[in-house]
Amino acid sequence: MDSLSVDHLIGIKDLTENDIQLIFKTADSFKEVINRPIKKVPSLRDITIANLFFENSTRTRLSFELAEKRLSADTINFSASSSSVKKGETLIDTVNNILSMKVDMVVMRHPNPGAAKFLSENVDARIVNAGDGTHEHPTQALLDSYSIKEKLGDVRGKKVVIVGDILHSRVALSNIYCLQKLGAEVMVCGPTTLIPKYIDKLGVKVEHNLRSALEWCDVSNMLRIQLERQDIKYFPSLREYSMQFGLTKQLLDELSKEIVVMHPGPINRGVEITSDVADSKQSLILQQVENGVAIRMAVIYLLASKIKR
Amino acid sequence: MERQVILNSKHFELTIDRLCYQLIESHNNFENTVLIGLQPRGVNVLVRLKSKLEKILSGDVVCGSLDVTFHRDDFRRRETPLIPSITNIDFSVENKNVVLVDDVLYTGRTIRSGLDALLAFGRPAKVELLCFVDRRFKRDLPIQSDYVGITVDSLRSERVSVEWKEIEGEDKVKLYTPESNG
Repeated sequence: MDSLSVDHLIGIKDLTENDIQLIFKTADSFKEVINRPIKKVPSLRDITIANLFFENSTRTRLSFELAEKRLSADTINFSASSSSVKKGETLIDTVNNILSMKVDMVVMRHPNPGAAKFLSENVDARIVNAGDGTHEHPTQALLDSYSIKEKLGDVRGKKVVIVGDILHSRVALSNIYCLQKLGAEVMVCGPTTLIPKYIDKLGVKVEHNLRSALEWCDVSNMLRIQLERQDIKYFPSLREYSMQFGLTKQLLDELSKEIVVMHPGPINRGVEITSDVADSKQSLILQQVENGVAIRMAVIYLLASKIKR
Repeated sequence: MERQVILNSKHFELTIDRLCYQLIESHNNFENTVLIGLQPRGVNVLVRLKSKLEKILSGDVVCGSLDVTFHRDDFRRRETPLIPSITNIDFSVENKNVVLVDDVLYTGRTIRSGLDALLAFGRPAKVELLCFVDRRFKRDLPIQSDYVGITVDSLRSERVSVEWKEIEGEDKVKLYTPESNG
């Protein structure tokens, strides 16, 4: 358990349970580092990392950038809206041009599923997938499971329900893989139109009634409705979705036990989760953001340790 | 490897006692002094010193543990990544006298990382070093210990290990020498 079994972080699907535990153990130390008066260590001072964001992001981009800076890596940032991608350059050309500037690692978010894998096969740098379309978002899943472990002591044996737009969510898929590898039971809950047809093949339970799902679970992870990926109408109105699948304080209080509420952000307050729930003591939302930096430091540290000069 | 015990359990205890009295000589009642053990094995020395010191002084001695992994200079020079241990310093070292504690001083590189790591917790008034074993030869950096349990003259091919009652079953210091080819 001394080294990751992979050279790139493309998806949770490729990781072993040992890899995930190694990332968690390393993240424990980084969490201590980011709570010091001086929140920085010099480990990666000879490493340069490019953050390529071909899709909008606030939290993930800031979190990665902060993680890189706390490890003393040099960073360069790129966002598609202000780049030559608009002039017709291909992905490989864009990245190879950036790599000629002696970059060791690339953190990439891209709207197309498989973009990170494609890149890892075609360019000479370590790739960290920061979300590829509707496919995977591995660091989000790692920080979600890490937050569950921190709050409940262990992930094994816990029941986790993922609620919302499962069809378009890379967070859902990565979370399913990660939770299952760590021994949790997973259920997905949402309108029939937003649950992929064969998702039960992944070994997850499917439920269409939010109250029953919440009664079953220890943790509920509320996802945002990804309107930007929906080319057709999947449900009549946001108001109706919110009435059926929105988590309210009243619903939470009526449950027979206290559950933990998570959300990967950005929150649409009043749609999938009401403000009083998001800000309640049962909510892990802000801890998730803090843990995100520690987890990303751990991933970058462990991948960078495989770069040989 | 041939093994040779160079400090047995009786002398081991005497050495701990002597180090405690030397510390008291310099730091009186530890009012403005903290002890910080370097992870992983310096902490074993620290635990022993702390319990003995507190018995002698009948008071608390502030202690912490420091992991130097992220400050090492051999990151990415090894086959597997360096995996960190726990750092636990829940006090500020600002204007304190700090005694760094480690088990074996050899190249001096761990201590160099320790000094670097320590600065993240404030600016100490003074930093001293206590090492249970000082392997005198082949230091890579200009670092010397203020308090030494036992000095060992050894070759680079040899290895010195400090063993603990709580972990290995008996307190002792061993010297491992590779068997010669004739």
